[in-house]
Amino acid sequence: MRLALRILGGLYAIAIYGFIFLPVVVLVLFSLQATSFPIPPFTGPSLRWYEAVLTDTRLTAALVNSLLVASLSSLVAVTLGFLSAWGFARFVLPGSALLRGLITLPLTVSYLIIGMGLLVLFNWVGVPKSLIAAGIGHVVINLPLCFAIIYSQMGDHQVNIERAARDLGAPEWKVLLLITVPVLAPAIFAAFFLSMTFSWDEFVISFLLTRFDTTLPVEIWNLLRSGLNPKTNAVGSLVFAVSIVLVLLFELTLLRRKKP
Amino acid sequence: MSAPLVDIRAVSHRFGEHLALKDVSLRIEPGSYTILLGPSGSGKTTLLSILGGFVRPSEGKVFIRGEDCTTMPPARRPTTTVFQDYALFPHMSVGNNVGFGLRMRGVDGTTRAAKAREALALVGLASAFDKKPHQLSGGQRQRVALARALVVEPAVLLLDEPLGALDLKLRRQMQDELKAIQKRVGTAFVHVTHDQEEAMALADHCVVMNDGRIEDEGTPERVYSRPATRFSATFMGESTILAGTVAEATGDTLLIRTRCGPVSLPGSSLPAGAAVALAIRPEHIVLGSDAGGVRLGDARVSDVVFQGSFKRVLATSALDPSLGFIAKAPAAAGIQPGDTVAVSCDSQDIIMLAD
Amino acid sequence: MNSSTREGRALPWALVTPALGWTLLFFVLPFVAMGLSSLRGSGDSSFSLANYSQFFANPAYWQAMVNSLEVTAIVTVVSVLLAYPFAWILAEQVPERWQRAALMLAVLPFWTSYVVRSYSWLLVLSQNGVINRALVGSGLLSEPLQLANTRFATVTGFVHFFVMLLTLTIFANLKQLSPSYRKAAADLGAGPARTFWHVILPLTLPGIMVGAFLTFVLCIGDYITPQILGGNNELVMPQLVMMQIGRRGDFPLASALSIILMAVVTVAYLACARWLKIERT
Repeated sequence: MRLALRILGGLYAIAIYGFIFLPVVVLVLFSLQATSFPIPPFTGPSLRWYEAVLTDTRLTAALVNSLLVASLSSLVAVTLGFLSAWGFARFVLPGSALLRGLITLPLTVSYLIIGMGLLVLFNWVGVPKSLIAAGIGHVVINLPLCFAIIYSQMGDHQVNIERAARDLGAPEWKVLLLITVPVLAPAIFAAFFLSMTFSWDEFVISFLLTRFDTTLPVEIWNLLRSGLNPKTNAVGSLVFAVSIVLVLLFELTLLRRKKP
Repeated sequence: MSAPLVDIRAVSHRFGEHLALKDVSLRIEPGSYTILLGPSGSGKTTLLSILGGFVRPSEGKVFIRGEDCTTMPPARRPTTTVFQDYALFPHMSVGNNVGFGLRMRGVDGTTRAAKAREALALVGLASAFDKKPHQLSGGQRQRVALARALVVEPAVLLLDEPLGALDLKLRRQMQDELKAIQKRVGTAFVHVTHDQEEAMALADHCVVMNDGRIEDEGTPERVYSRPATRFSATFMGESTILAGTVAEATGDTLLIRTRCGPVSLPGSSLPAGAAVALAIRPEHIVLGSDAGGVRLGDARVSDVVFQGSFKRVLATSALDPSLGFIAKAPAAAGIQPGDTVAVSCDSQDIIMLAD
Repeated sequence: MNSSTREGRALPWALVTPALGWTLLFFVLPFVAMGLSSLRGSGDSSFSLANYSQFFANPAYWQAMVNSLEVTAIVTVVSVLLAYPFAWILAEQVPERWQRAALMLAVLPFWTSYVVRSYSWLLVLSQNGVINRALVGSGLLSEPLQLANTRFATVTGFVHFFVMLLTLTIFANLKQLSPSYRKAAADLGAGPARTFWHVILPLTLPGIMVGAFLTFVLCIGDYITPQILGGNNELVMPQLVMMQIGRRGDFPLASALSIILMAVVTVAYLACARWLKIERT
């Protein structure tokens, strides 16, 4: 009976893994297709579509744009999130709960609506569509996340650690630089990493707020208009590879930190 | 007479609606070991935080070395604190933790390291200099926190339940070391605890606190043998409490009527008819004979608990069912629950409480 | 103990103002702008509710909302039903030391580009895709099935994403439970099935609700998956919104539709929050 349950469980798990990996395997496999359609039968392996991607200046420019927008917007989001988390955790402010609620509010609103709102506003005020406009939108979606992650780490123990530093004579800016930031480094790092991934992958806000210079997801979207194309497979596989490397790096640094 | 090292004058503090400290005054002498003893919520930690500068009192003043420190931030006070959770900086080595205060004072690296090593040697952790806090045991972290606070040579060292996180055996051991270290460095220590054994073992000066007030203060011997209030008679060690009224006051003797019979005690300040409370320590209650001199009637033993070196006996008075005696009997005593025994005590062991 | 230090009111405000300012300027203000815009008639500058009444009057717009709600409901239920047993197997049957790796593997495609993930499903489901080729090639079917550009494709794409997301949250939930619950239940005579039904499931239910709500919010507001996989045969609300902007440049109507969508999510949020509160007390 128990054995039957285990076997059943194993089969179920394999089926779900299969479901999860089916599209990824198909994507990567047909990125190596030698002919012009990423559909069976498999004609590869060939790297011609990867070559096509890397020589496509539109795609490589979009890749650079994406990295720029992701890193800069994450930097802003983490900085603002950290400062506000510190302010709310350390000082009694009037209406604190309400203001914290306001900062985390964008988490409950879909990207489409945030993008729409910014589009309408920028349209009225006359801000042109640009990567900066998209970056502003990315800060809006990532700031609440950074705030929540860092704020959750500022518990009582952290308060006492900072007090001890003040007690031993550290002025406020030294407390911040020598104690608070280093102790919270894992949370700050995690917040930055998550912001990077979300910004890197974000489509709809970039789509609405950029025009000529755009980000990689939007450029991939433009490729999709030409239907099924091994070149899209190739660029998708590359993006996937980059993401996996990032996740593994994140995982490894996290593990190393945990070990004594 | 020299001025006290710390002089707390009429300090009150409220957290919102709650009055945490009510008009507390306290003096601390140089080189003394002061214990603030009380249950949670008694205001002892608040008082320590006011001393350390983490909380500014709603009313009253704090003088340290004759200087008004009431509004001075922690960094500028001649005090340092050992926190209950130690608050070691997790990202710094033990040596850098201990040297942190000196670094903030602009002391150069070499001197800093030397002084940090010295302080670590003082607490018996000379070898831990390069370790990280998470590599140490609880007791070792405690020592590092102590070294870190002592290395800046404060006038007063504040300890917030420093032994609270340690297990019993380690606590007793650290207790002895704390006392030894304090004697060696000669710094005044102010130590908060709710453990009365810790208080008796460590204090030169014991301050019993309850409900935001100082109930009693003095040497632990005095506080134990002659507690000033009912609270300190029951919180610092156990007591049997007898309620009574003054029947006659003749010269320097009071005749007090209790439900266990009359008791005459020396004393003169009370008028006839005044209500009093009498406390008797367990070791002073004599069971099974009238040898004590003051008879307190018979009692029925309800419980006998073997404690190793003695037996703790609970007995209910036959004269007053609401009165429970707490007594100590020798470990070899053949006393059993259900026995009826005579209870007595010596009149000089009866403590009259102001109540 | 409270952690208030009273010196100076300027520092704390200097710390929180940038974040608050950003949120007000780029989140609240756009919302107000969108609200005002939605009240504008497309031609003249007078304020009217015309855009809202248009939504209620036009059955095609209505249908988009119905589609959105139906797709989201199906996706949420199917994803939870698929993810829960999977998370349970990972947490219970996989040896402790392999669990982290097994979980990492299970959510690896989660980190691929969202657009690429939907495109990958198109490869699988298209007329000449892997599934149709396999079915026709093996002789099970004579004609390829219409899989892409259907609601089925949209739901499949969504379920793929949310199974991973929910596996993560439910797994975390299951691991948080103290093993003593199970021991206590077993000690009191409950078999594995009854322990699960009476103890484990109720304890993980609030976590499931949070995950389901997250699924709901992300799913109902998503444009990419229905656009790539569902096509234009059966529009959902985000597609309708984008259509107003893209083809017709009708910002007021797009704003009104966004606000209606937002209102539906808010109602769901309030219902969910209320339910969770009842559960907790």
